[in-house]
Amino acid sequence: MANQKEERHVISRRGFLKGMGTGAVATAILPELPSQSVEAEETTQEITEATITLHINGKDHKLTVEPRTTLLSALRDRLELTGTKQVCDRGTCGGCTVIVDGRTVYACMTLAIDMEGKNIRTIEGLAAGDELHPVQEAFIEKDALMCGFCTPGFVMSVAALLEGNPDPSLDEVKEGVSGNMCRCGTYPRVFEAALAAAQQMRGA
Amino acid sequence: MSSWPSAQEAKVLGKRVTRLSGVDKVTGRAKYTYDIRLPGLLYGKILRCPYASAKILSVDTSKAEALPGVRAVVVVDENKTCRFVGDEVAAVAATSTDIAEDAIRLIEVEYDIGNYVVDEQTSMKPGAPKVHEDRENVRPGGVNEQGSIDDAFAEAAVTLEATYSTQVQTHMCLETHGHVVEWDGESMTVWASTQAVFGVRGSLADHFELPADQVRVITEHMGGGFGSKFGPGVEGVLAARLAKEAEAPVKLMLDRKEEFLAVGNRPSAIAEIRAAASKDGRLLAMDMKTYGTGGASGGAGFPLPYVYTVNNRRRQHSDVFINAGNARAMRAPGHPQASFIMESMMDELAYELGMDPLEFRRRNDPNEVRQGQYTVGAREIGWHRRNRNPREMKGTLRRGIGMGCGLWGGGGGKGTQARCTIHSDGTVEVVTGTQDLGTGIRTAIAIVAAEGLGLAPEQIHVRIGDSQPGLPSGGSGGSTTTASVTPVIKTAVDKARVQLLQWVAEEMEVEATALTVGDGKIFLADDLSRNLSWKEATSLLGTDMIVTEGEWDSNLRQSGVAGVQFAEVEVDLQTGQIQPIRIVAVQDCGLVVNRLTAESQVYSGVIQGLSWALLEDRIMDPSTGLMINPDMEYYKVTGSLDMPDIQVIMYDTHRKVTGLGEPPVIPTAGAIANAVFNATGLRFRSIPITPDKVLTAYKEANA
Ligand code: FES
Ligand code: FES
Repeated sequence: MANQKEERHVISRRGFLKGMGTGAVATAILPELPSQSVEAEETTQEITEATITLHINGKDHKLTVEPRTTLLSALRDRLELTGTKQVCDRGTCGGCTVIVDGRTVYACMTLAIDMEGKNIRTIEGLAAGDELHPVQEAFIEKDALMCGFCTPGFVMSVAALLEGNPDPSLDEVKEGVSGNMCRCGTYPRVFEAALAAAQQMRGA
Repeated sequence: MSSWPSAQEAKVLGKRVTRLSGVDKVTGRAKYTYDIRLPGLLYGKILRCPYASAKILSVDTSKAEALPGVRAVVVVDENKTCRFVGDEVAAVAATSTDIAEDAIRLIEVEYDIGNYVVDEQTSMKPGAPKVHEDRENVRPGGVNEQGSIDDAFAEAAVTLEATYSTQVQTHMCLETHGHVVEWDGESMTVWASTQAVFGVRGSLADHFELPADQVRVITEHMGGGFGSKFGPGVEGVLAARLAKEAEAPVKLMLDRKEEFLAVGNRPSAIAEIRAAASKDGRLLAMDMKTYGTGGASGGAGFPLPYVYTVNNRRRQHSDVFINAGNARAMRAPGHPQASFIMESMMDELAYELGMDPLEFRRRNDPNEVRQGQYTVGAREIGWHRRNRNPREMKGTLRRGIGMGCGLWGGGGGKGTQARCTIHSDGTVEVVTGTQDLGTGIRTAIAIVAAEGLGLAPEQIHVRIGDSQPGLPSGGSGGSTTTASVTPVIKTAVDKARVQLLQWVAEEMEVEATALTVGDGKIFLADDLSRNLSWKEATSLLGTDMIVTEGEWDSNLRQSGVAGVQFAEVEVDLQTGQIQPIRIVAVQDCGLVVNRLTAESQVYSGVIQGLSWALLEDRIMDPSTGLMINPDMEYYKVTGSLDMPDIQVIMYDTHRKVTGLGEPPVIPTAGAIANAVFNATGLRFRSIPITPDKVLTAYKEANA
């Protein structure tokens, strides 16, 4: 259950929230939602926003975020990339796992503003068009998914693991997904899928 | 009356079929309630009582309403008495979650704070704070008695007096409880993370006094329920009230903490038992006083005696109220508790008798299926390797083997309506109002339809998780979904096939009864060279289509399943850590519809059972009334590094659909605890068996 992942952003989210104090009132901006006009509802305490460009799944996305906006929120609420899940929102479950510059990262514990200039990959970007990534194929083939809510996170963790270690042992696979939690109990199937995908990718 | 094809005849039924939802789930395309986004969507948030017991005196929402971005504020009940930390008080809808959270903090509630009690023992004491003003904290049931306890004890070779207990477990679904509600005049559409699409429709229609068909409930995918998601709950009603008031769609998903506090758990179970066995290994008698808590609600019952025959018995059970979140059904309600208690007791008696614990079980178990499963499980785990004298083991790392058993009903029942449509372009649509929790019912439906039409499962368009077609199906609970749904699907599909064969018979100028389906073709049974492809056959329909309704056929299902599990563990007496090494699960579920997903269900049950046995625990602080671990960091659940080698053996019995979702979670905890005893000679009568308990017991044993 040890959390093997590291966060490498400049300000931690928790520290930032604490620094803001609980009384602060934030303006929400939801530009993708058409009937929304929140501009008119500026609140008392202004929080500086920043316009940033995120490089996600090979494309640049320009968006305005508050400093406290997490990468997870940017993906889900702003860019409609809802494959990445929020489960614990506190860096303990891996439901929000994405790959940033080749390393797995918890998007819930990562601030969007720290992600400029980085190469972000989400579950939506793993398949090449209609052709599934071998890890995705293996998850289906081995039935490494039940309710499927944890599945995007597991798939990303396994994909990242295999990029760094094309021939992992069972123990290395267990270690590789130890930051991901599945309540349905798909672990044995995930291990099978990871090993099968590794074999497939080495053969290819 | 119809019957399922035999194992030899079946083309896809009972084979390993990957999930129809697989691609959507591995690509992130699968839309859960939590992923629904609508134009103008508002975000809901619930204000919850911070006290374990408090009467609401007044609620002032004016400041919250004045906050820019807030669109609606509703109060649950101005006169409510809150009975646990997390009880719902009011709710807000705003243009963002952040604003909704800010607004929640601006609601001013005046409480009359009361005394509270958050553990069973204190609650049962005279003078304890009362959870309900009008009721005692202990609600005793009647005394059930059979045979003669005294006579049985008089002839016993060994007797045992012990108290066993199991803790409160929470469901911890990864997708939290939640709804998205959109009104259109007097109709509403509700995306719900639910196990009961039609249950939610009925409850919301009742609440808002609407005709049922003015409520549409959609659950395309959902992220786990385990028994906690049958109705809309207070949170669903609040979401609908907010949406109505705001005149805009509202999404209200609980956060992780709310999920731990307020939307269900498996009740605790405590059993004070006196038991007696004869020299020849008969379980003679059980005298039981049992109780448990389902929080401020009841529902802490569990079956006991369990599995084995006990002719002389007496039992009284009481539900104990405490100021904590209410129980909801959780995967095999009552049974894992009963199994842990019973299996621990059986094990103790066997060792007292000096009898092989497996042999002792065999002598008292009336179930023939389990008798067969014992043989298979014992062989696979290597039962002969167990320690004969657990108390004399040496060394810091000790291994041992234990076992446990379970039973379940399943079997399904009436109440599902389904439709099968064959279009002239060859498309086959199968529609019903059930929902897929991750169990794989969507794929099971496709398998049954594919089998009946000679197609492949991926050629079947299965439409479930929506009340709109008006084809109801029951909630997914009691491991009844497959047995309730698939017979109706089969009869609908069989009728459709018969009709299609009529069309083909006319075209081929043969008798319809001479035709058969398979491999995507319609054949003349006697001359396989005379055939039409599926598309050629359906194109005969022209502008017509075949539409059939299914009906209940009780002959296709049966209730009653049995399971046995064996566990091997390694206990580190230096750290107190228990590492499960291997678990063999032998499980019957009647007719296996999809072997691949059936095995996954068994893994799933074993893993949740393991997690409950060793880790999970809702910890309440008696001085503050708070749950002190309402997060995924401190509410411990098994992860990848804890996984033993699990061997799943589907034990085929008969060919009637029965049920599987719940049974495999039942035997695991007993098997683990008994394995720990076999390894160390230390008996743990209370779970979870955490390292501190192991170290304390070891120290005491060696004092
Ligand atoms: S949601 Fe990010 S780790 Fe759980
Ligand atoms: S598949 Fe349901 S949580 Fe992992």
